[in-house]
Amino acid sequence: MDIIEILFTASFWAAAIRIATPLILATMGELICERAGVLNLGIEGIMVVGAFAGWMAVYSGTGLWVGVAVAFAVGMLFGLLHSTLTVPFGLSQHVVGLGVTLLATSATYYAYRLALPEVTSPPKIAAFQPYEIPILSDIPFLGEAVFSQTPFTYFAFLLVLAVAVVLYRTPLGLAVRAVGENPSAVAAQGLSVTAIRMGAVIVGSGFMAMGGAFLTMSAFDSFFFEMVNGRGWICIALVVFGSWRPGKALLGAVLFAAFDALQIRVQQTDIGAEIPYQIFLMMPYILSILALVVMSRRAEVPAALMVPFNKGER
Amino acid sequence: MRLEPIENPTVIRRLGLPAAALAATFLVASLLAMVAGANPFSVFGLIMKGAFGSKFAVLETLNRATPLIFTGLAVAVAFRAKFWNIGAEAQLYAGALVTVVLGTGFLPWPAFAILPALFVCAILAGAIVLLVPALLKTRFGVDEVVTTLLFNFIFLLFISMLLEGPLKDPMGMGWPKSARLVPEARLPRIVDGLRLHWGFALALISAVLVWIIQTRSTLGYEMRAVGLNKEAAAFAGIPVNRVLVKTALLSGGLAALAGFSEVAGLKGSLTLDLSPGFGYTGIIVAMLALLNPLGVVVAALFVAGIFVGADSMSRAADVPTYLADIMLASALLMMVLAIMLTRFRVVRG
Repeated sequence: MDIIEILFTASFWAAAIRIATPLILATMGELICERAGVLNLGIEGIMVVGAFAGWMAVYSGTGLWVGVAVAFAVGMLFGLLHSTLTVPFGLSQHVVGLGVTLLATSATYYAYRLALPEVTSPPKIAAFQPYEIPILSDIPFLGEAVFSQTPFTYFAFLLVLAVAVVLYRTPLGLAVRAVGENPSAVAAQGLSVTAIRMGAVIVGSGFMAMGGAFLTMSAFDSFFFEMVNGRGWICIALVVFGSWRPGKALLGAVLFAAFDALQIRVQQTDIGAEIPYQIFLMMPYILSILALVVMSRRAEVPAALMVPFNKGER
Repeated sequence: MRLEPIENPTVIRRLGLPAAALAATFLVASLLAMVAGANPFSVFGLIMKGAFGSKFAVLETLNRATPLIFTGLAVAVAFRAKFWNIGAEAQLYAGALVTVVLGTGFLPWPAFAILPALFVCAILAGAIVLLVPALLKTRFGVDEVVTTLLFNFIFLLFISMLLEGPLKDPMGMGWPKSARLVPEARLPRIVDGLRLHWGFALALISAVLVWIIQTRSTLGYEMRAVGLNKEAAAFAGIPVNRVLVKTALLSGGLAALAGFSEVAGLKGSLTLDLSPGFGYTGIIVAMLALLNPLGVVVAALFVAGIFVGADSMSRAADVPTYLADIMLASALLMMVLAIMLTRFRVVRG
């Protein structure tokens, strides 16, 4: 099939949106953290632990949405750890973030081995199934591409809307953005910079874990080691690409996923079969780096990103 | 709460807090061992025995420490200048790649020249791999954390492509594995009959050299100045970007030596599982060493001991080896907290 032809099939865009969903969830999480001034490099590990926690909860008998909530809660726990170390104690956000990723990943693998000591292939769960939204799913093209996804995907899109509304239309959002731009001004208003930043990191980490959970509970139905595979780092690039705005970040995630879906399909064409598959697998990472290069110049970075705030320090 | 600097921390504070961090790490590990249904004391006993309990165990630990010293030094050098090189994994594979490409009979040189040539070329390869993110940072302002991380994935796929293509060993029974190095390209053992190669000695020498660079050279002074305060360093006339690029070249070269020494000293060929995350573990090593090059050697021995010990403990006590990874990740977090608390006290209000 011709590459251009692929772009006009609804099934291609349906796949792109499916691939985009975990990125959208985790990117929103990272965006919230960074808007509050905290770079959260724990994202990769928090996605791993979220993928495991949600899946394990459903495997042990809870409902699917309870599983999502479990993933969210576990993500928040790691967010609490990250923010305690980086916000009141002001430790290096790079080092703590990588430490949280290492801790969350190894703790997940440890728990997996303890919970399932004998298995050779991980058990499957009854994952989220596509739900065709009445009426909307009858729209030609869009119906199949957008409105026949799993409920988890619809949730991700609603989350973007919610994050945008809260960030730009509520006092809470104003406070979050302000601690990322000018924490002293927030402190002068009598608000606690520490509490706002910690809250943002904790909630943001919960969404990252949900992004991981989408992989085991909707995209696939099982947990594998290495299944997050750098998606967290890609989300950090997507936040920059979206210049710290929810809508632009969503657009970036979908474009990125479309490219990913395209490379999978090109691999199956006659020309694609001639090219080593590793070239295709490299593309998302190369694309992320290119996006960073293009966007870094004009990006409006939150002014206080990675700057710890210590009361009484001038 | 807020933090208040302490003018002159007492010796008790400076030694006690890091010791407390280590104790807390062992406490966490004990709890996790108990969750796995094992007695923590026997678990630690088995780890100690597996790491240092016999001549074989000690040699295994020294061998495992060798790449970690190199990657630990790479990270220590970079982090000192606040250049966040998280890509030691990619640079390690760059060094390994050059070693197998040139070391499998490609160089028509006399035997004595081959190892030095491989050594130099490996350093260059690692330096070039890290040069790209360094230039992206200095020229375009692209954050090096993300680029170096993403490079790890790109480079591993690149290696995988080569191992299934041009570098694939025709005698490898279909496995994605390179041909073996010619004998002249192998690092010899330090003492005949002991399974410890010259890579370990090179690692120790590198640590001393890096220590000399950091404490006795202008470049070392400039790297520290850039790390402490970029604006002040620039104001004092230090060419910040040039220092960052030099730091990256040094750091990348050191990480590549881990790949060189693993291939030429230990494995003899290149496979995709050459490094079980030595690049990432190097970050833990460097942080536990407080970025001190000589401390890196001690920290690498400690970390290698835990990994080697946990392998044999896992077989004996039925506790997953990932206990070692959890211990090291929590040691990292608690150590950075402890070090900060030696310099600041927490006050209410």
